[in-house]
Amino acid sequence: MAINMPGAGPDAAEAHPGKTGAPEPEKAGSGGKRLSPVKLYTRRFARNKAALGGLVLFALLVFFAVFGRFLTHWNYTEADFTALTVSPGVSGHLLGTNGAGNDVYAQLVHGLGRSMIIAVTVSLLTTAIAGLFGTTAAYFGGKVERAMLGFVHFLLILPSFLIIALVGTHYRGEWQVLVVVLTLFGWMLTARVIWSLATSLREREYVTAARFMGVSPMRTIVRHLLPNIGSLLIVTFTLGVASTVQAETALSFIGFGVKQPDVSLGSMLADGQSTLSTAPWLFYLPAALVVLLTVAMALIGDGLRDALDPTSQSGGRA
Amino acid sequence: MIEQRAVMTKPATQQPLLCVRDLKVAFPSESGRVDAVRGVSFDLHRGKTLGIVGESGSGKSVTSMAVMGLLPDYAAVTGSVTLGGENLLDLDDRRMSKVRGRRIGMIFQDPLSSLTPIFSIGSQIVEALQIHQDISSAAAWKRAVELLDLVGIPNPDRRAKGFPHEFSGGMRQRAVIAMAIANDPDLIIADEPTTALDVTVQAQILDVLRTAQRETGAAVIMITHDLGVVAGSADDVMVMYAGRAVERAGVDELFSRPRMPYTIGLMGAIPRLDDRDREALTPVQGTPPLLVDLPDACPFAARCPAVQDACREAEPDLLAIAGGGDVGGSEHSAACRRAAEIDDAAIGGEPIYPVPAERENRAAAVPREDRPKVLELSDVTKTFPLTKGGLLKRQVGTVFAVNGIDLDIREGETLGLVGESGCGKTTTLLEIMGLTPPERGAISVCGKDTAGLKREQDISAVRRDIQMVFQDPMGSLDPRMTVFDILAEPLRAVGERDRKTLSDKIADLMELVGLDPEHRDRFPAAFSGGQRQRIGIARALATKPRLLVLDEPVSALDVSVQAGVINLLNDLKAELGLSYLFVAHDLSVVCHISDRVAVMYLGRIVEIGDTDSVFDNPRHPYTKALLSAIPLPDPVAERTRERVLLKGDLPSPTDDRPGCRFVSRCPLHLTLSEPQQQKCRGVTPQLTGREDQDHLDACHFADLTASADN
Repeated sequence: MAINMPGAGPDAAEAHPGKTGAPEPEKAGSGGKRLSPVKLYTRRFARNKAALGGLVLFALLVFFAVFGRFLTHWNYTEADFTALTVSPGVSGHLLGTNGAGNDVYAQLVHGLGRSMIIAVTVSLLTTAIAGLFGTTAAYFGGKVERAMLGFVHFLLILPSFLIIALVGTHYRGEWQVLVVVLTLFGWMLTARVIWSLATSLREREYVTAARFMGVSPMRTIVRHLLPNIGSLLIVTFTLGVASTVQAETALSFIGFGVKQPDVSLGSMLADGQSTLSTAPWLFYLPAALVVLLTVAMALIGDGLRDALDPTSQSGGRA
Repeated sequence: MIEQRAVMTKPATQQPLLCVRDLKVAFPSESGRVDAVRGVSFDLHRGKTLGIVGESGSGKSVTSMAVMGLLPDYAAVTGSVTLGGENLLDLDDRRMSKVRGRRIGMIFQDPLSSLTPIFSIGSQIVEALQIHQDISSAAAWKRAVELLDLVGIPNPDRRAKGFPHEFSGGMRQRAVIAMAIANDPDLIIADEPTTALDVTVQAQILDVLRTAQRETGAAVIMITHDLGVVAGSADDVMVMYAGRAVERAGVDELFSRPRMPYTIGLMGAIPRLDDRDREALTPVQGTPPLLVDLPDACPFAARCPAVQDACREAEPDLLAIAGGGDVGGSEHSAACRRAAEIDDAAIGGEPIYPVPAERENRAAAVPREDRPKVLELSDVTKTFPLTKGGLLKRQVGTVFAVNGIDLDIREGETLGLVGESGCGKTTTLLEIMGLTPPERGAISVCGKDTAGLKREQDISAVRRDIQMVFQDPMGSLDPRMTVFDILAEPLRAVGERDRKTLSDKIADLMELVGLDPEHRDRFPAAFSGGQRQRIGIARALATKPRLLVLDEPVSALDVSVQAGVINLLNDLKAELGLSYLFVAHDLSVVCHISDRVAVMYLGRIVEIGDTDSVFDNPRHPYTKALLSAIPLPDPVAERTRERVLLKGDLPSPTDDRPGCRFVSRCPLHLTLSEPQQQKCRGVTPQLTGREDQDHLDACHFADLTASADN
């Protein structure tokens, strides 16, 4: 189809070759100016109301995790032995306390922050490793590619959840260790997806051109391959945050993740499920936050994917 | 058999088959509403062919999409499209599906993507038949075989069981045509049906289309950017620009007396085989306007050399021209205020487009033998293993992509390497650019043998001397880098780090290729195709090479822009003393830029020599066929000239048996006596010079054709 798709690159009628003098008539018109990519993507993103909602929700959650602790004088480690398992609102505990007398509100604020830090770091690291690994394998091709892919396939068949659980137990729930193991076992699938995408980039003429100009392989990968799968990386990152929150929650829930006195949303869920009938707020409050966080990230990821994809229909209607 | 429906009554007395009135199509975009088609009207009679010509973005494809109802939902379509009394725009998609395929047949540009790879060709035609007709499977299959026979597919009953990947490009397009005419449509819409094909195959397909039209009596809308194709196949021509028809006339009238400056510009910009004496092509300056918020002015005014102030005040309508257009029955109309003044591409005797002056080539002063060789290939061969089996791959054969090529390029000269796709042109280029020793033979660049390049510095030094310009101006520029970074890349690769020096050099480069250095911080997407190709050329020139390797540098560009790039290349060669290895499939472009031509067929050079001697006096039958397959933008010449139509497609170069590789398609071979034919099949012809040493050909019996023709 030879329809000029409106999208990332308006074929601006600018700069007639050989003429540097007076501005061309159509250049003065509104159609002549070029949108910067960032501005363009922002506009396309903003057209998707759900994604915008997700972004607002995410901002609120971040705000809550950072500044929420100023709303209460309780600390999340502090136990109030005068108020064990009290309902929300009782004796100065905004959202009640758990069986050990910890203030649930303070724990939620901290747990959300902890979960978010873990999720963002892990997602950032996995995306970076996967991006570099996938594009490098694709660029070199041949034996290097086969060896690198073999390594990925080997890691993919390892029972990673078991290993993560064992390592997690060994280090008694330090969140930094959790970040490391989640990263080590979380990048392979993305790397493989990126590899398959980058193999088509490898055939692009600008990559061949760089090769013929004598540009070094590493520089080609960083300057040409990575930026051109940038949109995929951004989407992978956002969706990775959502899935890491879930993985972390799951690990903490079955007791292999973050341990006392540190709390995350997952460990709060684990604690709360045993008292689901007697103290439901201990379960439902962290559960609600997990849902909000993952939904926000999924909506943002969805919106970004549409905004960055020139063939999507976020161009509006004529 | 297929129903013969000849055109019985004269078209003028009939009701038009297709009647398009004030068709408008708009798309949403980030910068506003894009008016892709702005009021197109035309009538089309049964049995007639309307050619729609225009550059990319002129709205020709969108017009046809609107007729077929294939535009996406977000497009706003107004006006009326009446096919046999029914307004197609009023139909919903379900009812439109009954019209498409039944009354309108479609042929798209890319025959690979318009066939489903997992079904056999025959079953796809059967499907097309059974959707619209109540017909038994056996009868449908029989009909499918008949259709394949009609479009010239050999052994149709066997080939119908074949899958699309077993067909070559030309064969696939034939199958698509068979499918388009399966239900005996009233209207066939062919959108760039031959653009993706080689010239020799293009000639065959255009022939098949004519057969199909004759058999079905259908009207044809032929959409193309190639004026040559239109000249040979259309009755009426509509030239589109910026979403409107700017000129419309019978084909003879249009080509002999174009009235709209844009049409004249297009014709002046095409390199022509039959007019090789022209020194330089006349490009149309500038680029088409963006179709957003167009002012009420002639959209061509900014590029028009004959512009007047009045042109910028109101958009001219498509009006009939008095005195013109009694040829062929359709009137001549043009959307130009000055149409009446324009005669023979001139206003008052002054040509509208002045021919740019060509610069003197310094290197040409020295005789060829005395100039140093910048590239020498001797007996270069490149093979690819043909493997079979999934897990344990075993080699079942060898593809000889390049098979013993000898050529040399001297300083300041351009060698045009031509041939159809699959003949090994690109492989040759990659072998040269890879700067590694070839499998067999030797490559030497600027006197240095690639076999001797071991150290990194040596390779880097040679890389400075040889650079490449790619075919696709969009694909060869990284869309995420600014022009500055793109041009800085080769300089940085050879170790230039200083930002000030870089910046100066880049400004010089941009001026050299006719770009404004102010635009260095823009992304490639902000430039038009021609400008992007200029960036590509500037990048190749950055390291001051002595040899530029150009891989189809203008084939992705519009005609009006193409001329500018060809002129630029010619200027640069004269100014900088460059040598070019110019690879192209388009002989008319090659004849305009090259000093010498080499014709390749299946990995071998079959003819090489001075451009004039090869084009004036082609000796190899393949060269002759290639030359005659190129459509000329001149309807009279196109109809009268004698064609050498090649049969079949390029065979696969899988074996290295002795004998001439062209034997299977050679028209000369058929006329030879039995012992002569055996020589063709048994002895590989070598490149031999006949009376002059500079014009070599690889045919045993080239002398015979020369005497037979003259």
